[in-house]
Amino acid sequence: MKRFSKLAALTVAALATATMAMSGGAQAQSDPLKVGFVYVGPIGDHGWSYEHNQGRLAIEKEFGDKVKTTFVEKVPEGADAQRVISQLATSGHDLIFTTSFGYMNPTLRAAKKFPKVAFEHATGFKRSDNVATYSARFYEGRHVVGLIAGKMTKTNIIGYVASFPIPEVIRGINAVAIAARSVNPDVRIKVVWVSSWFDPGKEADAAKTMIDQGADIIMQHTDSPAPIQVAESRGVWAIGQASNMSAFGPKSHLTAIIDNWSPYYVARTRAVLDGSWKSGDTWGGFKSGMVQMAPYNSAVPADVVALAETARKGIIDGSVHPFAGPFKDQSGKIVVPAGEIAPDGMLLGMDFYVEGVDSKIP
Amino acid sequence: MTVDFLVLALLTIITASTPLVFAAIGEIVVEKAGVLNLGIEGMMIVGAIGAFAVAVTTGDPTLAIIAGALSGLVLAFIFGFLTLFLLSNQVATGLALTIFGIGFSALLGHGFVGKTFSGLPKLNIAGLSDIPGIGPLLFGQDALVYLSVASAIGVTWFLGRTRWGLAVRAVGENHDAAHSIGFSVTLIRLAAVLFGGAMAGLGGAYLSLAHTPLWVENMTAGRGWIALALVVFASWKAWRAFFGAYLFGGITIIQLHAQGFGVDVPSQILSMLPYLATIVVLVLISRDDTRARLNAPACLGKSFHASG
Repeated sequence: MKRFSKLAALTVAALATATMAMSGGAQAQSDPLKVGFVYVGPIGDHGWSYEHNQGRLAIEKEFGDKVKTTFVEKVPEGADAQRVISQLATSGHDLIFTTSFGYMNPTLRAAKKFPKVAFEHATGFKRSDNVATYSARFYEGRHVVGLIAGKMTKTNIIGYVASFPIPEVIRGINAVAIAARSVNPDVRIKVVWVSSWFDPGKEADAAKTMIDQGADIIMQHTDSPAPIQVAESRGVWAIGQASNMSAFGPKSHLTAIIDNWSPYYVARTRAVLDGSWKSGDTWGGFKSGMVQMAPYNSAVPADVVALAETARKGIIDGSVHPFAGPFKDQSGKIVVPAGEIAPDGMLLGMDFYVEGVDSKIP
Repeated sequence: MTVDFLVLALLTIITASTPLVFAAIGEIVVEKAGVLNLGIEGMMIVGAIGAFAVAVTTGDPTLAIIAGALSGLVLAFIFGFLTLFLLSNQVATGLALTIFGIGFSALLGHGFVGKTFSGLPKLNIAGLSDIPGIGPLLFGQDALVYLSVASAIGVTWFLGRTRWGLAVRAVGENHDAAHSIGFSVTLIRLAAVLFGGAMAGLGGAYLSLAHTPLWVENMTAGRGWIALALVVFASWKAWRAFFGAYLFGGITIIQLHAQGFGVDVPSQILSMLPYLATIVVLVLISRDDTRARLNAPACLGKSFHASG
């Protein structure tokens, strides 16, 4: 057993040596603004971290010599994160984006030590004078894909590969359930939690499992394109996550919900450059361009595309809300009555499934 | 529950288990020779990118499989050279190999992110592969699945029944004695390490060619460590490692199915089961000190130098 305790200790030591990847920003003559990014996954994940990195590239493109960006990828959520964030702050970064929910407390602690540095934390809910938070209303996109799925399914079963049972993920599942059942009341949602944001093998296995159980549409709230590939090989539909994943399933990829952080990142960088940066909370959706839809697959019939686009435009002009009542929870109790809209507070803390979801929250 | 459903579930279990079979059986030979290589994860991931890169570039699955094995083997050679010839610490070198492998594969794979490959061709024997139920299970797999079964049988036979298998075990049990009767401890160990590397490479190749035919960084996601646990779980017996891998794969898939069916068991507990099973077996086999010593190669992890 000695070897295993040794192994455990060394593994911890190894993890503590997180790899640092420095990007080569343009060298400026005068002192450029240094902008740092902390990513939870590899930038090659083709999902979450990939899109944040697109935002970083947009900053470089917009400001050229005036900024210098740095990123650290694959930073575990927890103690390591604080070390990486502090290191970025010590090395002269003036604006630091920490792009995963689990960086919330590490970001706040680092921010306390470096009051002159501006921090931006994605998807969190705790702020301070120099920590702003931002997130996207992905559920608006989930509403649109829910409508499409409700129309496209033949077996009336939607399979949902989920990561961790946090409100963000549960909200997405519920948005899909409400939208899909509004056009097809027989739809049921199967949810499988893989307890990871990124494990292509397990995500693929989860997708296969649900297809075996009759699902003919696969959606995911995990970051790898593996479920799309499974859908393609098994001849069922799939919805991409975070970025356009159609390359992995040209026939099966109906559309994807795209996170577009670029406008926000550019705006916040500009604010630091001209001295107007203030802490705050931003929760953008279709309207601000933070959430976008990938092109619809040609297999989606014109009337379904029209339905999806009407909903998307309705969300932008405010006439459609994904969580407009009436809708019920799993026990059949009305949570939001007709004529009312779920308040942001309920959405942010969502910890129940709506009617039509077959699983229990773990 | 229909036959079709069971077959589909079993097919998924096979794909989930096969990478573990390769990596664990390779490591058994390595450890039987007295070398502890903790770099399985690193060798697997390099095997995965090596195989995928060749698959995308040439489109030839056979070349891709060979490339996967060779990539793992090259990494294993680095480990073997450092630990067997320069006598570096095996634990530290193995861990370094894993960290190096993950980083190196990301570098190699830079241009292959987002590329796709059609996957390994499946065996298709007219008549046999179409038998309902057992047809697709027994006669409808890809070459690597059959190779993994063959390797479990082959390694069991090699270690238990052949002269060279005996030599490998002798080197692992008592390297001084093996040396004194004229075996080259270093070369036998190097051969074992290279075999382990090639097998880990095949496990990685299975991931990037068949399980999820794509390349993403860190796609092995800890399977090398599971394989390492399986070696102890199997108490250094190849056939037990084979069944252990299927038990592991099986529990993983069954817990996903249970979730899909809405079975009211916390998914965290189900996710924990494979690891819990390993701990239970670890406790069971180490309960009896003499038996534990019988199973584990006595010279495991010890460096050998002829002058010593």
